[in-house]
Amino acid sequence: MSANNFSFSREELARYNRHIIIPEFGLEGQQKLKAAKVLVIGSGGLGSPVLLYLAAAGVGTIGIVDFDVVDDSNLQRQVLFGINEIGKPKVEAARRRLEALNPHVEIKIYNTHLNSGNALDILRDYDVIADGTDNFPTRYLVNDASVLLNKPNVYASIFQFEGQASVFNYTNKKGETGPNYRDLYPVPPPPGLVPSCAEGGVLGVLPGIIGSLQALEVIKVITGVGEPLSGRFYIFDALNFESRTFNIKRRDDNPLNGKNPSIHELIDYEQFCGMRAVEEKPIKEITAKELYDWQVKGKKFQLIDVREPHEFAIVNLGGELIPLATVLDNADKIDREIDVVVHCKMGGRSAKAIKELEDKFGFRNLYNLKGGVLAYIDEVQPQLTRY
Amino acid sequence: MATVIIPTPLRKFTNNTTRLQVNAGNVGDTIREITINFPDLKKHLLDEEGGVRSFLNIFIGNDDIRDLQNEKTPVKDDTIISIVPAIAGGKENSSSPLK
Repeated sequence: MSANNFSFSREELARYNRHIIIPEFGLEGQQKLKAAKVLVIGSGGLGSPVLLYLAAAGVGTIGIVDFDVVDDSNLQRQVLFGINEIGKPKVEAARRRLEALNPHVEIKIYNTHLNSGNALDILRDYDVIADGTDNFPTRYLVNDASVLLNKPNVYASIFQFEGQASVFNYTNKKGETGPNYRDLYPVPPPPGLVPSCAEGGVLGVLPGIIGSLQALEVIKVITGVGEPLSGRFYIFDALNFESRTFNIKRRDDNPLNGKNPSIHELIDYEQFCGMRAVEEKPIKEITAKELYDWQVKGKKFQLIDVREPHEFAIVNLGGELIPLATVLDNADKIDREIDVVVHCKMGGRSAKAIKELEDKFGFRNLYNLKGGVLAYIDEVQPQLTRY
Repeated sequence: MATVIIPTPLRKFTNNTTRLQVNAGNVGDTIREITINFPDLKKHLLDEEGGVRSFLNIFIGNDDIRDLQNEKTPVKDDTIISIVPAIAGGKENSSSPLK
């Protein structure tokens, strides 16, 4: 459907008035925004301002990819979220905030880790990609998927006081396609040579600045207003308040779309970069003695037993029985507000249950009973039946 | 002397100096020169053969040295050289190696 087939209600016209009265932008620009589908990958420091401004600006369809849950250490820079969202999946918290901001836009969420298996399917439906991810494997993945699908990739990245932005794989009105991330950085730095943000951190306002530039470039790409940051690479040093814009070009040796392309499908990006995109978080544990202490003190918590019914019949600690195989179907029975101890016979199945619940539903309040029922019997209540 | 702008991630190896003045004839020599003064920078800037690392971008003024004469690009007194490494952003584990 052509953009000028998109019409606006009275409320929308009032809402977008300050866009529409800009001579270069006009109703046509607003129609293009409404017709556009933008996929924002990562809803963290960069994704927050990008999503807020794109939703406010009236981009018709906005997709959000993120697998993470809101953590209190995010709130220093991820302005989409508040304290009420801690522990909740970011995409869901983001959707609620954006729908409250602008009910005239459609928000689609993907509560998943973008990978080589799902990236093309997720990116395919969108016109513009905005990459606000936080690791090299996903950077190369988003770049390659954008190039393979022939979509512009509006890129931004931050570290400490420094930000970068560019528009990759942008095809201009003459049909010329600009450089992509692999033209700029053919190979990632080896692990260990990248100072990490754990050492470095990031000034909270910096992703606000760079993410806003990213939103600007998304809007320019969609509307055709102005000159997008294609073939140029912008860097900003907040400490010295210096910015530089470098010229960048396509390279003949780009393996995606150079003279002799060698990459025709997505590859294993963790292998390519020699590093993980997602770190395995250790599962929180509680010892049998600590559990007993909670029980004696009358602490409010939920106890879940993921063993089989026949095991439960032999001996149990008074927990709710939800066998491992059914745990995902019964996630709504697990409390999100108070601490939850999950146990099995020896601690293996309960660790698996916690991993599944954290990955699928973003639980952050689950503790694995170390050593399971057997440890509890040995350390706390030897009179119970061992099996 | 040419000026080299050190990017944020590498400033901890230059005692937080953001700009270095270097006397050398071309880009490659300039980079090698600063690794003599700041040896901790060496592994970040140069590969095992002493060449400039391929994951760094080096710009003279606004232009990529790959569009000029690469490491052989001549350097003048008023040349400004920017070293721009790839940064991925955000997460503390962005550099954790595969186990």
